Amino acid sequence: MSTAKQVDPAVAAELFIIQDQIHEPMHDRFLWATMQRRHAEAAAIPEWEELREIASKIKEHALTHLDHYLEEFEANATKRGAQVHWALDGADHNNIVYSILQDHGVKELIKSKSMLQEECQMTPFLQQRGIKVVESDLGERIQQLDGQPPSHIVFPCIHKTRKDVAELFARTIGTDPNNADPHFLTEEMRNNARSRFLAAGAGMTGGNFAIAETGTFMVCTNEGNADIGAAVPPLHIASIGIEKMIPRVEDMGVFLRLLARNAEGAPLTQYSSHFTGPRKGGELHIVLVDNGRSRRLGMPEFWHSLKCIRCGACMNTCPVYRRSGGLAYGATYSGPIGVILEPTFDEFKYSELPFHSSLCGSCSEVCPVKIDISDQILKWRRVMARKGYLPLVKQLSFGIAGHVFAHPEEYQVIKKAAEPAMSYAPHFLLYNRTLNPWVRDRELLQPAKKPFRDWYLENRSKDGNVQQ
Amino acid sequence: METSNSNRETILNAIRSNLPKVPVEHPGIRAFQHPDGALKAMFEQRLKEAGGAAHDVGSAAEAESKLVELHPDAKVICAAVPEIAGTRRVEKVCDPHDLADVDVGVVRAQFGVAESGAVWLTQEDLVVNALGFLSQHLVVLLDPKQIVPDMHAAYRRVRLTETAFGCFMMGPSATADIEATLVHGAQGARSLNLFFL
Repeated sequence: MSTAKQVDPAVAAELFIIQDQIHEPMHDRFLWATMQRRHAEAAAIPEWEELREIASKIKEHALTHLDHYLEEFEANATKRGAQVHWALDGADHNNIVYSILQDHGVKELIKSKSMLQEECQMTPFLQQRGIKVVESDLGERIQQLDGQPPSHIVFPCIHKTRKDVAELFARTIGTDPNNADPHFLTEEMRNNARSRFLAAGAGMTGGNFAIAETGTFMVCTNEGNADIGAAVPPLHIASIGIEKMIPRVEDMGVFLRLLARNAEGAPLTQYSSHFTGPRKGGELHIVLVDNGRSRRLGMPEFWHSLKCIRCGACMNTCPVYRRSGGLAYGATYSGPIGVILEPTFDEFKYSELPFHSSLCGSCSEVCPVKIDISDQILKWRRVMARKGYLPLVKQLSFGIAGHVFAHPEEYQVIKKAAEPAMSYAPHFLLYNRTLNPWVRDRELLQPAKKPFRDWYLENRSKDGNVQQ
Repeated sequence: METSNSNRETILNAIRSNLPKVPVEHPGIRAFQHPDGALKAMFEQRLKEAGGAAHDVGSAAEAESKLVELHPDAKVICAAVPEIAGTRRVEKVCDPHDLADVDVGVVRAQFGVAESGAVWLTQEDLVVNALGFLSQHLVVLLDPKQIVPDMHAAYRRVRLTETAFGCFMMGPSATADIEATLVHGAQGARSLNLFFL
């Protein structure tokens, strides 16, 4: 068991919801609109479901032959002049990156968005060692300036209003606090970032896919920031999770047709860039990172989560995520995919996450690589229950519920007793947010005057097909 | 790093001992049907949706005048194509930092993809990769006969082992990070005009 404090997403989500009447409805609306665009793009492709099936199988194939494809990728990337490093975990990754930067005397780094580098907590590590690290993706830079992690894997600051950003920029880069026009704010950051691109001694990127056949890795962005970072400074370092292997170039057609359509409802991201060895006059280092992935591969119920291509559709479609905001998950990965990934890093710390779900199953339905996300959420609940990680209040109520539902006669007695109690109990008692957290953002159902079972016994039991 | 070699073995051995019991076959990818015919029209429509614009130009001279019409205030026009002279030849540029002042970059794409409006540009087409990303605006030349229907056909055409860098570029730079509002010119090119030539 870890010593880290348990994350409580329900409490954090409540803070997001009750802060005002603006943030949560806006967050919900934007992500749902993204989902609508996704559905329109998916519907326009007759073979969409077949593509999902093929993508799922290619990922399963690659993962069940992962050692082979990693070796093939390494050999081909090395042949093309890239230097390939292997990192056991986040600390190892950070040390490798730091040592490359030191070898080149790099004091300033411009980076594009990488969830893996977030996972490794790379930026604080490097900054503590005197290296200036600047995020170049607009959303990531906003989050960096605000001292927050990204709240969404594709839209890092989607939980913020334009006013929030205007105030943040006024405070941090000196813009007009009263100008909250997204065009103005984006332009200000473009100009601010330009000088950092030109001053940086190294550019860092992640990698969306790594193609074993050619030793190529791919980076998808809309801003072109990863491309500037890779094309301008003399040194390019890419951090890539070992699960990103794709066997052949031809396979990429399937994944690129799915990725941006599912992520944002566009046929592609604006830039889909392929790096095969260092560019002319440049130097390229690739850090392949395990950080728990090889262990996850050995978990029969959970290894399919390694298929994830980080499109974020499960978050956009999730009714719980849309209302909670990503920061509520207190983790690198939020939303349904975060719920099933994070416990593999720390079961105790993230033991509450699997309960932050309605189990509606929408995430599994939209996943482009058909990860059984909602089934895995349920399986993680079982793991948490078995390990005794349930908070006491849930242990008690689930224990009682389990007993009662197993003994229908007791259920009838309790229900009959509870209904009058609910009718007559004072509102302040039923709606006490401490005693009954369920009602914080919900209305209780009014108990029916006559339970269905009583109605059925009176009206239908003469048919003789009801068990008395 | 001296530790790399032992890390490598540790990771590969951990993977080997944790590989799922049943290996999964590669499913293969069948040939998909796509709408016949008007690839150019589909390409133009998608490029427009991505924030770009396509223009039919009949000759290099027409391309020159179209460029001036679109960018009347451009001071530095850096060209990587023989058809347009520009004010600076990219072949003369050694350091990518020297492209920071480029107003308009002019490049030729190898082919376009109808289903997205993207064009394929490699290190050889850009000459200096930064030309495609530091330029304030881009003009991309494309032979209208070089349009493939979809990404499957596109990946059959790319030669990743022959270039260190290749990019499917779909319109100009964009972001929707602030309140999901679409803004062009986040970091890369502010506009992308494509000339069929």
